[in-house]
Amino acid sequence: MSAVPAQPLLRVEGVTLQYKTREHLVTATYRVSFDVHPADRFVLLGPSGCGKSTLLKAVGGYLNPVEGTIRLKGVEVVKPGADRMMVFQEFDQLLPWKTVKQNVMFALEASGRLKGKAAEERAMAYIEKVNLTRFADNLPHTLSGGMKQRVAIARGMAMEPDILLMDEPFAALDALTRRKMQDELMQLWEDTRFTVLFVTHSIPEAVRIGNRILLLSPHPGQVKAELGSDGRDEVDPSTGVRLSDRIHRMLFSGQDVEEDAVHHA
Amino acid sequence: MRESAPARPDFVREQVAEHDFSVVNKPLTAWDKVYGSGFVRKAFLLAVLAGIWQAYASYLGNSLVLPTFTETLQSFWKLVASGDLPKRALVSMKVLLQGYAIGLVLALVVTVLAMTSRLGNDLLETLTAMLNPLPAIALLPLALIWLGLGNASIVFVLVHAVMWPIALNTHSGFQGVSATMRMVGRNYGLRGLAYVAKILMPAAFPHILAGLKIGWAFAWRTLIAAELVFGTTSGSGGLGWFIYENKNVLDIPAVFAGLFTVILIGLVVENFVFRLIENRTVRRWGMQH
Repeated sequence: MSAVPAQPLLRVEGVTLQYKTREHLVTATYRVSFDVHPADRFVLLGPSGCGKSTLLKAVGGYLNPVEGTIRLKGVEVVKPGADRMMVFQEFDQLLPWKTVKQNVMFALEASGRLKGKAAEERAMAYIEKVNLTRFADNLPHTLSGGMKQRVAIARGMAMEPDILLMDEPFAALDALTRRKMQDELMQLWEDTRFTVLFVTHSIPEAVRIGNRILLLSPHPGQVKAELGSDGRDEVDPSTGVRLSDRIHRMLFSGQDVEEDAVHHA
Repeated sequence: MRESAPARPDFVREQVAEHDFSVVNKPLTAWDKVYGSGFVRKAFLLAVLAGIWQAYASYLGNSLVLPTFTETLQSFWKLVASGDLPKRALVSMKVLLQGYAIGLVLALVVTVLAMTSRLGNDLLETLTAMLNPLPAIALLPLALIWLGLGNASIVFVLVHAVMWPIALNTHSGFQGVSATMRMVGRNYGLRGLAYVAKILMPAAFPHILAGLKIGWAFAWRTLIAAELVFGTTSGSGGLGWFIYENKNVLDIPAVFAGLFTVILIGLVVENFVFRLIENRTVRRWGMQH
């Protein structure tokens, strides 16, 4: 194994996250730690209620941990910023009053990265990367769901952030489009080698997209395992099973089922 | 025996390339075109309403109670030709626009305050709850004492009439902006005024537009009522005063011509000004259909 660099890009250390609903104080994650290194495709995987989306929002700076720290390049994350671009699941993340090109440009201009011509050139370069050049002047409501997500990805990548945060970006797409988008994302990664933190609840998606997969258990989210993936999901000679089967077993093991049963009794 | 669906052979077909398509667009029929035009539909409705008016007024045959549509129209043309009615309308318009503009600006200031701090939010909620139900016209006696006879008093009550409905609508629009869109804006590092102007305002625009329309209607009602009740406050009165004067001399067709003018202005503003804004914004963006 190659030596792990001393300073990871993103270091999450002992992070406990809580949020208030009207009646309860909900603990979303309990003392979660992980490191993301440059060019990682780091996947947070777990069933609903494991706090993976909340964890991603905390990395995004939208909420602060009650315990532990999140550091990006050694600097503690305290508020949202353009060095961590989010790609959301919802299609309404594009501003409906701006065209595809304007949406990408606006991100660059509003955050003060680039202005005018330079912003336009950068925007068009990334729109071309996601094959939407023909639709650059379309308004978002005239695009399909997959195209909207491609714009959101182009927007995130055009900002050239330290890390791209993706919150189940393909979950609202149909199976065919989803598969295609996963391949495209991998192609984009081959081209530019960006760092991405990717949240999903789909085991096949995690195995296909991630090079590191962090498994979280639910209620509250705790780290269960961190596994490497080569994206092929073949039978591993050392364990004798496919990676996806191994993850499936870890997430839905008999022990867990019993625990759940006790929980509900 | 259980019935089963018939067995059918599988098939695979060659696709026709797009440039080989033989189907062309089906042209719309003349009726589709006519009915598809909002202008034609509305003109038809207006004609029907005018027809009902004309028929009922002719049946009554008493122009002191209800002059016919044609009588009103004649009186209207005569007054327009003499320049009296346009002059009055202009006076009303000037005052109205002053009040509307000031009310709009104040409403925006209050809502922006409400969006940037929790105390501001409480202030807006309390103020709208207290003042919105208060009829603007009820403030006119006070305004006359404070500001004296003159345009200032009427502008004051207009501001009151316009400000709260616009503030209320804008505020509820801001609150309805989706969490995702808010996070997108904050992700770019937008804060304060820039965040409100670049994310919240356009995202809440359907609501803001509704507020603008309601404010516009309230402004007219208040203005006409104020002029009717308190007469002319400056040298030359507006439309409300015009209506009042003509009622006093029992020139009922002229009274109707005055009302007709208010209606016409309302129709023009709705169908040209507001419609234009809608087409350029919320409809184009697919936020309203």
